[in-house]
Amino acid sequence: MKLELKGITKAFGGFVANDSIDLVVDEGKVHTLLGENGAGKSTLMNVLYGLYEPTEGEILVDGKPVHFRGPGDAMAAGIGMVHQHFMLVPVFTVAENVALGDERTKGAGILDLEKTRKAIREISDQYGFHVDPDALVEDLPVGVQQRVEIIKALVRKADLLILDEPTAVLTPKETDELMDIIRQLKGDGTSIIFISHKLREVKAISDEITVIRRGKVVGTADPSADAMELASLMVGRSVDLSLGRQHSDGTDVALEIRDLTVIDSLGVPTLDHVSLDVRKGEILAVAGVQGNGQTELVEAVMGLTDHTTGSIRLDGVELLGRSTKQIVNSGVGYVPEDRSTDGVIGDFTIADNLILNRYDRHPVARGGSLQPAFIAENAEAKIGEFDIRTQSALHTASQLSGGNQQKVVLAREFSRELNLFIASQPTRGVDVGSIEFLHRRILAERDKDVPVIVVSTELDEVAELGDRIAVLFHGKVMGIVPGNTSRDVLGLMMAGSTAEEALAEADAARLATTENDEPQLPGGIA
Amino acid sequence: MSPETPSFIDRLRASGAVVSVLAIVAAFIVGGILIAATDEKTTSATTYFFARPLDTLAAAWNAAANSYAAMFRGAVFNYDASTFTAMIKPLTETLTYATPLLTASLGVAVAFRAGLFNIGAQGQLILGAMFATWIGFTLDLAWPVHLLLVILGSILGGALWGGLVGWIKARTGAHEVILTIMLNYVALNLLAYLLNTPVLQRPGSTNPVSPQVNGSAMYPELLGDEFRLHLGFLVAVAATALVWWLMNRSTLGFEIKAVGSNRHAARTAGINTFKVTVLAMVIAGALAGMAGAAQVNGTERFLTESVAASIGFDAITVALLGRSNPIGVFFAALLFGAFRAGGVTMQVATGTPIDIVLVVQSLIVLFIAAPPLVRSIFGLGQRKKRKPRTPGRDAAVAATAGGDK
Repeated sequence: MKLELKGITKAFGGFVANDSIDLVVDEGKVHTLLGENGAGKSTLMNVLYGLYEPTEGEILVDGKPVHFRGPGDAMAAGIGMVHQHFMLVPVFTVAENVALGDERTKGAGILDLEKTRKAIREISDQYGFHVDPDALVEDLPVGVQQRVEIIKALVRKADLLILDEPTAVLTPKETDELMDIIRQLKGDGTSIIFISHKLREVKAISDEITVIRRGKVVGTADPSADAMELASLMVGRSVDLSLGRQHSDGTDVALEIRDLTVIDSLGVPTLDHVSLDVRKGEILAVAGVQGNGQTELVEAVMGLTDHTTGSIRLDGVELLGRSTKQIVNSGVGYVPEDRSTDGVIGDFTIADNLILNRYDRHPVARGGSLQPAFIAENAEAKIGEFDIRTQSALHTASQLSGGNQQKVVLAREFSRELNLFIASQPTRGVDVGSIEFLHRRILAERDKDVPVIVVSTELDEVAELGDRIAVLFHGKVMGIVPGNTSRDVLGLMMAGSTAEEALAEADAARLATTENDEPQLPGGIA
Repeated sequence: MSPETPSFIDRLRASGAVVSVLAIVAAFIVGGILIAATDEKTTSATTYFFARPLDTLAAAWNAAANSYAAMFRGAVFNYDASTFTAMIKPLTETLTYATPLLTASLGVAVAFRAGLFNIGAQGQLILGAMFATWIGFTLDLAWPVHLLLVILGSILGGALWGGLVGWIKARTGAHEVILTIMLNYVALNLLAYLLNTPVLQRPGSTNPVSPQVNGSAMYPELLGDEFRLHLGFLVAVAATALVWWLMNRSTLGFEIKAVGSNRHAARTAGINTFKVTVLAMVIAGALAGMAGAAQVNGTERFLTESVAASIGFDAITVALLGRSNPIGVFFAALLFGAFRAGGVTMQVATGTPIDIVLVVQSLIVLFIAAPPLVRSIFGLGQRKKRKPRTPGRDAAVAATAGGDK
């Protein structure tokens, strides 16, 4: 299918989310929409999918103008969409989910799922999906759920597939598998609109790239274009992706974690005899697929978990058994992974969020009474220093974008002298421009000789920031490797190989193929 | 409470002061319609509505207007009275009724801010009243000291009852709504029991009433014998100021609001959520307990089973109407005091049943709980958002499944 969008404008009141956007997707091509969060990519796709009525402009399918009143029309025209957040009913089987909205009955309202099952098997075999039509969706891994979404579209004979940030939720291995699937679909003549802000994937899979910024097309690019160039186009100013950082070996060991074990409410160990050292002036990156004990590790250090055994010593002082307040006051800075839940209070003003963990300390408070003048001054100073984009310190934190909320958290933690800094997923859901800023501030803290732990599921971030990298798998440390370890090795360790096994396997693979590694790109953007 | 689905309390807090005022207006309008509908003249006029429709409308208007005018005379200023004392007496009655309601509502409001739905002001008030009464008739002390002890006793009684809820909630996670409702029954039955034992029963009486408290344990009257208004009102005003300071300026208030808005972030920032939950309920109970002293040592002079009347429950409405803000609560308590004072006059003067006051009060809650309803009634529309929200997930699931073909 050849799809053309001509002059699509979508305005919500005075806010123009899409401003006369032109886009042509040729048959059997992968066309990437590149843009930051909030650039208008999703709005454009919702217009295309019939969820929004365009204010102006027209959509042409194979040269004929079409008008979609809803997703049903779009599907009938051969357009399928895989949303970033899957639109699946968890308690239904794969077949039931695929049939949903297009149910066939045997008469008398009895569902006929047999045809759907057959269709699922055919597609599954054709593309090597390995999806069981009778499995419950909630039991399936995220990567397989995504394939169910793709099957849903293919069963409805989609000739054009929209993939909205499809890799955001996938492990590196699942991402590679998705890339293979996309290549196969393309080979069969399916057109793909691929939405992403991860430059590495975009460069690997695209035939054409259109960059959107603030609702406008700001340019098109060739997949061979330089990553720096793409990033600059996306952000609207030149972005220096290489932090130009120096490797640091650190000095004395500051944090000693020994045999740290955390038992969850079901009695299962989520962290199993973990031992780690972090030196002053180094960044220890903790890598791993989400849910392998990283959350528990940092929460244990912060005194936020129950049923914790082992030992956590900071500068020789045992932290385990102390309250979170004591730990915070002993100079531990913490950026929690779930910013909106644990990092800021959405209803509170930015000024109040900036003093959230020292509201009762001099000079923020005196004798149990807050000092509004100091709180206001502090807010002005931090908003300037950390470039927090807001009109007023009295706006609530929930009015800020993700990147600016994260700046508030970072500004708060860096307001104190730190003896240890822990950042969990510091750049998740943050725009490219802010990532660069946040990374630089974290490095600056390291260079002040503070020991730093960065937990990330983004391999690029781990590789970019880590002086050493510890990989967690099922609550155990698979090994601690140098910061320049290749992605292949890290990927294998994240899937459960020890460092030695991973190195041996990667070597063997390198001998088997002569292909070179792709150049490494930093940050969550790559 | 996940951030995506704001709780009932969150939604109430988010509704603006405008909504509160409009809710009152809307409730009065609906109340007026009800008054008209139950009015005899109006109903008889409807029998020939099609012949002379204006008669019905005029009768309806008169019924509602007369009732509300009577309410005004009973609650604010009696322009029909012959003496100045009689003219301003209604206002002092309103303030007197508002006194216990004010502190009890502040208690509910503080708990709201901590994210706790405190239904237990009733029980906390009863405990406070029991302590205040007992101290009031057993001890024999000079005036300011005795009264001070009475006030402290009422605070202690309420604080114990509230703190117990906070402690169980923080310790076990039991829901405070269930706990407070159940403890209301315990308090009421405890009161009924003690009023039949020598602890609280008046010697020589077979009725469940306590002895009268000593004069030294009473709040003195502020404007002389002609008016019931007593010093307790000024104490309640002082409590309002103190709660304002607590919630807006103190570190404890900061902790309470942090825990109430986002327990997880508060905990991550090192705030002891256990301590804050218990303290918030202690403060809530203490304020409700003070209302007990205002009842017994301000107006009633002795304790009966009905000491709490419906104050503990009205306090929830008042706290909602005042949006848990001490100043808002102050004015809301005055309004509800006026309802109590004016309702009686309305019934006597116009025959409109006092129940209509209850209906209006309930409608206020209804309208506040449904801000979109009030906004659409008054044509305000939804608050403008800069960006549209993405369609709700459930709707999106259905829509993408082609359900809206």
